[in-house]
Order: sequence, then C-alpha cells, then structure tokens
Amino acid sequence: MFRSTRDGGVTVRLSGGEATLLRTLVVPVMELLNDPERPSPPPPEPADSTDDVFAELEKQFSQPDEPDPELSMDPVVARLLPDAYRDDPEKAGEFRKYTESSLREAKKYFAQTLLETLPPQGGKVRLTGDQARDWLRALNDIRLMFGVRLEVTEDFEDQLSALDPKDPRAAAFEVYGWLGAVQESLVRALAR
Amino acid sequence: MSVAPAEVDLPRSADEAVPDKPWLTIVWNDPVNLMSYVTYVFEHVFGYSRPKAEKLMLDVHRKGRAVVASGTREAMERNVEVLHGYGLWATVRQDE
Repeated sequence: MFRSTRDGGVTVRLSGGEATLLRTLVVPVMELLNDPERPSPPPPEPADSTDDVFAELEKQFSQPDEPDPELSMDPVVARLLPDAYRDDPEKAGEFRKYTESSLREAKKYFAQTLLETLPPQGGKVRLTGDQARDWLRALNDIRLMFGVRLEVTEDFEDQLSALDPKDPRAAAFEVYGWLGAVQESLVRALAR
Repeated sequence: MSVAPAEVDLPRSADEAVPDKPWLTIVWNDPVNLMSYVTYVFEHVFGYSRPKAEKLMLDVHRKGRAVVASGTREAMERNVEVLHGYGLWATVRQDE
C-alpha cells in the first residue's frame, strides 16, 4: 500500500472509495475535538496592539472552573485527551488546564492535513515525512474513536469472527480492521 | 555537598516535590494502538533504537504498562503531551 520515498516521505494509491471513506471518518474526529467551552475562535486580527495580548491573557485567567471533565466528557474525547496524572485529579486538572486546548488544536491540525492531502477522486498521494506523521496520528485518532465506540478489545479478530453478520456494527468492525491495515502499512513505510 | 538532616519535622504538603526522586513517563496498554505503531512512536519521539523501542512496547503489551522515560517533571509532562498527540495512553508520576 504505502511506499517510502528517498526523501523520507511516502506515496500511496487510493481508490475514490477509500479516499471518500477516510474523508468521511476524519470529520467526526475533528468535530469531537472542537471545544464545547470555547467555540471556534474568530479569524485572528493583525496583532499590532499589545492590548489584545493582555485582553487574551485576562480572558484565559478569568475563565470559570470547568465542570468535572470525568462527568461531562464523551468517552471518545476522554480517550483522545486522556488525564496525564492517574489517581491525582488535582494534578490532572492542572495539566489539562494548560495543555488541553493546544492538544485539541494539534489533533485537528493532523486531521486537517489528512483532509487536505486526500485526492477528491482518489489516485496517487505523495506525502512528506511530516505529512505522513500527521496522517499516522489522524488515522490513529480515527481508530481510537472506533475502538471506544465499538468497545474493541485486544482480541479484535475473535470479536470480529464472533459477530453476527447481521449485527449493525459489522460494517464498522470491517472498517476498523481496514484502518488498522492502512496504518500498519504507513508505519512500515515510515519505519524503514 | 550535603545538608544535615533537619532536627524538626517540617510539615510537608502533598504537592511538595521530593528532590532526589525522578519523575517518570509511563505508557499504559491499550487495545487499539498497533504494536508496530507504538514501537515507531518510541523510536521517533525518544530517539530510541529499534530493539529498545520494541522491548518497551512489549513491556507495555505484556505487563500492562512501562516506564519509557525519566527525568524532570517538566520534561516528563512534555513527553506526555507529545505521546497524547500520538494517541498513546501516557501518564506522569514521581518515582516511589
């Protein structure tokens, strides 16, 4: 599937269906990463005045405490943005306060790279090493979303074969398996 | 240079760092992340050799978790941020 190039990038040929599928799947990840507390910011204005900087800082520091994230977070979001401290909600909350929004933005950026480099009708994709690592992370976030929603275990193959073909989740399990193969192929091309 | 032990018991808040104990970056097992992917992330993020990255990945897989780096709290928190960017389930704690 993926092949490494001499300059550290990769190439891959995708069918129109595969490209559409990837595009369709990455959108819900991006939507989940939108912070409900902070609606998408307006386009940045030219920063010619330092007043804006202070206004922004003040806004950040005066933000009211967020509700308990454990209670309000979608399980997929909780997996995409996990606690950095186990069994220490105070430290975990502090870490989250300073890093969560940049992690959300980083993950949206990886997803955006995937969207922007996917050929609309399928065809050959050529990625730099950095773009390929964005793909890797975006693919992984999509797989994490599936993993949480489908309650995937380490015995995924057993889960798949035990699944009634009429089970409404059967198609999603198939897609999850395919995404794993795509990601595996990309890792192999990059790890060369 | 060393300092004589204090004679009095100073009150210690839970937050106070014990200076001689390093902080650790821990990665936890996860049913979704591919073994090859986790190995690649350890190689790429930490600059570990393939054998070292594979050993750590197998520790995570078999033992449920592994310490993948140690150092200052700030450095370990930075690691965790990067690893969360890769979708690995990583946490920080001070060594016991």
